Amino acid sequence: MNRKTEDIKKIIVSKPLKLDCGKTINDFPLAYETYGTLNENKDNAILVFHALTGDQFVTGTNPVTNKEGWWVTAVGPGKAIDTNKYFVICANVIGGCMGSWGPSNNNKETNQPYGLDFPVITIKDIVKAQETLLDYLGIKKLLCATGGSMGGMQLLQFCATFPDKTFSAIPIACSASHSAQNIALNELARQAIMADPVWNGGKYFLKNTQPKNGLAVARMVGHISYLSDQGMQEKFGRKLQEKADYEFSFNADFQVESYLRHQGNTFVERFDANSILYITRAMDYFDLSKQFKGGLVEAFKKQKTKFLVISFSSDWLYKTKENKDIVIALNASGADVSYSEIVTDKGHDSFLVDEPEFLKTLKGFIDSMYEKFKNEKRI
Amino acid sequence: MKNLKMKKEFKVIADLLPNGTRVLDVGCGDGSLMDLLTKEKNIEVRGLELEKQNVQECIYKGLPVIQGNAETELYQFPNQSFDYVVLSQTLQAFNKPDKVLKELLRIGKSVIVSIPNFGYWKVRTSLLFFGKMPMTKTLPYSWHNTPNLHMCTIKDLFNYCDEKNIKIQKVIGVNEDKISLIKKNNLEMKNFFSKLGIFLIG
Repeated sequence: MNRKTEDIKKIIVSKPLKLDCGKTINDFPLAYETYGTLNENKDNAILVFHALTGDQFVTGTNPVTNKEGWWVTAVGPGKAIDTNKYFVICANVIGGCMGSWGPSNNNKETNQPYGLDFPVITIKDIVKAQETLLDYLGIKKLLCATGGSMGGMQLLQFCATFPDKTFSAIPIACSASHSAQNIALNELARQAIMADPVWNGGKYFLKNTQPKNGLAVARMVGHISYLSDQGMQEKFGRKLQEKADYEFSFNADFQVESYLRHQGNTFVERFDANSILYITRAMDYFDLSKQFKGGLVEAFKKQKTKFLVISFSSDWLYKTKENKDIVIALNASGADVSYSEIVTDKGHDSFLVDEPEFLKTLKGFIDSMYEKFKNEKRI
Repeated sequence: MKNLKMKKEFKVIADLLPNGTRVLDVGCGDGSLMDLLTKEKNIEVRGLELEKQNVQECIYKGLPVIQGNAETELYQFPNQSFDYVVLSQTLQAFNKPDKVLKELLRIGKSVIVSIPNFGYWKVRTSLLFFGKMPMTKTLPYSWHNTPNLHMCTIKDLFNYCDEKNIKIQKVIGVNEDKISLIKKNNLEMKNFFSKLGIFLIG
């Protein structure tokens, strides 16, 4: 991995953070990025939580990878989340590899990267670490917080743990707990990494290398789950990759194979294998009802936050049903909740691509919430 | 024109609702009633709506709306979780209106149901004199494309509530020019002259 980490903004969190595993950490780095300007009233801040393989570089050009930010379709000047109007914040999750405290960081005790000595973290740990950033930026209450996939899970946790920190919330294509299928897919990704001999019990850093083959396979698994059956069929079908007929070999004959290999190969250049292990584990451990003895309804008790839950009809990773369960729990707890299912064949990836109906919904909700938030503050 | 008519009905419904209550609007459409209740009566509203376009409209207005089907998805609302549940001119469009009504009474402490009155004289004469399924301003559909599966009259719903021991708090007949209270002793006449019936029950 080539890292140009000098362009990464960071705070060092000195306040001790007690992790769910029992360990307490402090003085750890939290990397973040912001877009737009925080206004005088500090009522235009929107916090974005990134997904499994995302990072803090939401829009514009990612200075480390030199590629477009992962949510450039939704965030930017004149976009649904308009950075001419709103102040957008995103932090790299702890456990990640874009500047925040993660397994590739140096362990002071051994003077080596942590590897598997890094503690197993949870979504709650991730969220608590990020909350410190709001204090640093001087934001008492966010206008909105949003995130898709694992970003949505962080958001649900954020609302449950800090019920007064955001005026509105948009969880997108997510779930309040990982299903057996979700865990199984993550396990597949982890096993692919751990089966790569280069992984070496997580100590591949000793040889300054990465378990590239395993990590690439892990990414391929992910990519399959992000697309819908229909979307994949339409995009690739049985089309062959730059050839007239089968090669009678195990090269990438089919376009879909070539696509997956490409996705896998480019991913290993920007992501750390151990980070995938830790973050997928955090996702698997996520179960909001388990944290609140009375179940999901209890988790959302005393919510003043106005929710908009969005799901995608062809998403089979975090299905409409799982998103609706969140809506039902919010309803049962008396929270202010809206729900919209976007009809699309783009699968779980829908929130990351140009899906006009989704983007219109996002914009309409945030703009109306801004008006309400300003009024509330005035009163 | 349709908007004006709707506004009249919504005005009557709004007048029935006390300030500061919690109201669920089932089949909330584009949120016109929710908007009115929020702005003028400080009512905490929630909407349930099937049509995608309407759901989007509500979201753009910042009104809380859940995309869903009242016929199958009312179960998600807890018992007695709203002071009032409103169902405007949709009871007749359900496959099982009796089941929906039961659900509304479970969710709301009181329920407001409005129905286009099939007992209205123009509806009656249309069938009687022309031998055709009635088409009026409140019933603008042809027999083959109407969503209205279970048309009923004010008298029908009145009797149904009696039969099922559902408490009738108030019934109001609505026409273009006036509104009037409907009681047992003027039911026959009002059933003939009212275009729309608004029931406050439960």
